Amino acid sequence: MLKKKGFKGILMLSMVAMLAFAAACGNNTGGNAETENTGTTNNATNAPTEAAKLSGEIKVDGSSTVFPLTEAAAEEFNKEHADVRVPVGVSGTGGGFKQFCAGEIAIADASRPIKDEEATACKDAGIEYTELTVAFDGLSVVVSKDNDFIDHLTVEELNKIFVTGSTVATWKDVRDTFPAEPIVMFSPGADSGTYDYFNEAILDKAGIRNDKAISFSEDDNALVQGVSGSKYGIGYFGFAYFEENQDKLKVVPVDGGAGAITPTTETIKDGSYAPLSRPLFIYVNNKELERPEVKEFVKYYINNIGPLAGEVGYVALPDEQYATEAAKIQ
Amino acid sequence: MNIFQDANRTQIAGRRRTDWLLHILFVVATSIGVIALCALIVDILIDGIARLQPDLFTNFPSRRAEGSGMKSALVGTIYMLLIMAPISFIFGVGAAIYLEEYAKKGKITRLIQLNISTLAGVPSIVYGILGLALFVRLLALDRSLIAGALTMTLLVLPIIIVSAQEAIRAVPKSRRDASFALGATKWQTVYRSVLPSALPGVLTGVILAMSRAIGETAPLVMIGALTYVAFLPEGLKDSFTVIPIQVYNWLSKPKVEFQELAASGIIVLLALLLLMNFSAILLRNKYQKNV
Repeated sequence: MLKKKGFKGILMLSMVAMLAFAAACGNNTGGNAETENTGTTNNATNAPTEAAKLSGEIKVDGSSTVFPLTEAAAEEFNKEHADVRVPVGVSGTGGGFKQFCAGEIAIADASRPIKDEEATACKDAGIEYTELTVAFDGLSVVVSKDNDFIDHLTVEELNKIFVTGSTVATWKDVRDTFPAEPIVMFSPGADSGTYDYFNEAILDKAGIRNDKAISFSEDDNALVQGVSGSKYGIGYFGFAYFEENQDKLKVVPVDGGAGAITPTTETIKDGSYAPLSRPLFIYVNNKELERPEVKEFVKYYINNIGPLAGEVGYVALPDEQYATEAAKIQ
Repeated sequence: MNIFQDANRTQIAGRRRTDWLLHILFVVATSIGVIALCALIVDILIDGIARLQPDLFTNFPSRRAEGSGMKSALVGTIYMLLIMAPISFIFGVGAAIYLEEYAKKGKITRLIQLNISTLAGVPSIVYGILGLALFVRLLALDRSLIAGALTMTLLVLPIIIVSAQEAIRAVPKSRRDASFALGATKWQTVYRSVLPSALPGVLTGVILAMSRAIGETAPLVMIGALTYVAFLPEGLKDSFTVIPIQVYNWLSKPKVEFQELAASGIIVLLALLLLMNFSAILLRNKYQKNV
């Protein structure tokens, strides 16, 4: 008797739980849809009076490099507009554009400009967009703190080390004055925008070498560990990761033809740290931009990202450029 | 005689030595697992215990490590469990009852059986791809809580079916015969006689499958559980995040404080796992006494 009751109880309980949950969720989804509807009708009829109270969802996805910026903007924006939901994903720049051009998300985070084939995909799907530059990132080439022979590297030398089919095995192969010790290389994986950028700026799109001497990781912290742990190691990643690990790493000044430049906030901002400083973007779907909450969020993003950029390890644009960007969405 | 005895003695000594050596080997084999778990727990505790404060559970994630919490991730994980548990219980146990009690033992049943065992070993990312194509795209559920929960249900179903089958098979045939002898129908026999005895085993299987699901990251990354979610899901079609994804997100941040946060997140996940496994044991003991 007892056991029968017990079993029945469990069965009932699980059924009730499921029903209750389904009912609750059903109600809620209904509720959401309703608020969304009333939201749009409100805007059509009496938008000016209702402007202060925004709600709705703004889906963002894309580059993991831009993620900290969007996260910061969303967090601050939520303090003023608590009812607007801004979920942010990290599918990578390419993955973000795929969703963006399928109309699944409102904003795509991108650590490089949109590619031609992606732009075509968007066009075919009838999606028009606005590109906004939000901050700069400086790719930092780093070696171990124990490395005492490197004072700078030229773009050609970097190319020689990393390019596909490279025969460079020891530091001596790079420059005659360097010791004949084997180079240990670390690089972000091919899916990351960071790699894309390095490939374009340093390797002339020839692709990176892939042999025993090089290790790949999508996890920048793993790259930091790798470089700091090997005296003859070299690697590259976003400026933020160098800044956080200055005690373990030594940054290599890069000579792009105009003398060796060390990446700092100033050299990245004024563009003299060429070719390794890059702009970061967000792409906004123009149709979504008509929604008041999206417009408000994007405006907020551009007007406030400057100081936030420094906080999360990136470099703000000059003020007048933010003004230009803001003008694009008026 | 003497020689015979000596030969015997060395033989016995040799066997004893083999026994002793194997004994040591087995102890080492066992302790490797235990030591690995202990090392993990100690390491995680050292890193994460400081951040295990109430605000970890009450705050949403933030770009600043000090104000960051895992409220949305914890709630997301619990919601997902709440949706998954009943669905996978009904479908999993239903399939097990069919296969064990109703289905005729033939080629087709064997084929189904083989299928289920194979599915139980399929890598979880494959379920993620299936979930993305089926639930997210085809059924247009978007990257939502329900799509995630259904994908996870697919993932754990084979495990639940197999363990429920074992539990049902372990019920003595005499119980069924007694029930049939009293004129009970198949369903009455299954419901009143077989299932109550099999329930402890079934429940243990279900709970263990659930605890596998809460640690899974790959399928949810695939269907697009999001990384920064500063709200609680209120409906089945809302965006969500879960603990492992939050932990992964924290681990990939440059600041060392986030690594500590990730460690605290792992502690919470481990605690949740332990809690579930413990409740599985409790349930089993409770029902076993009644049988």
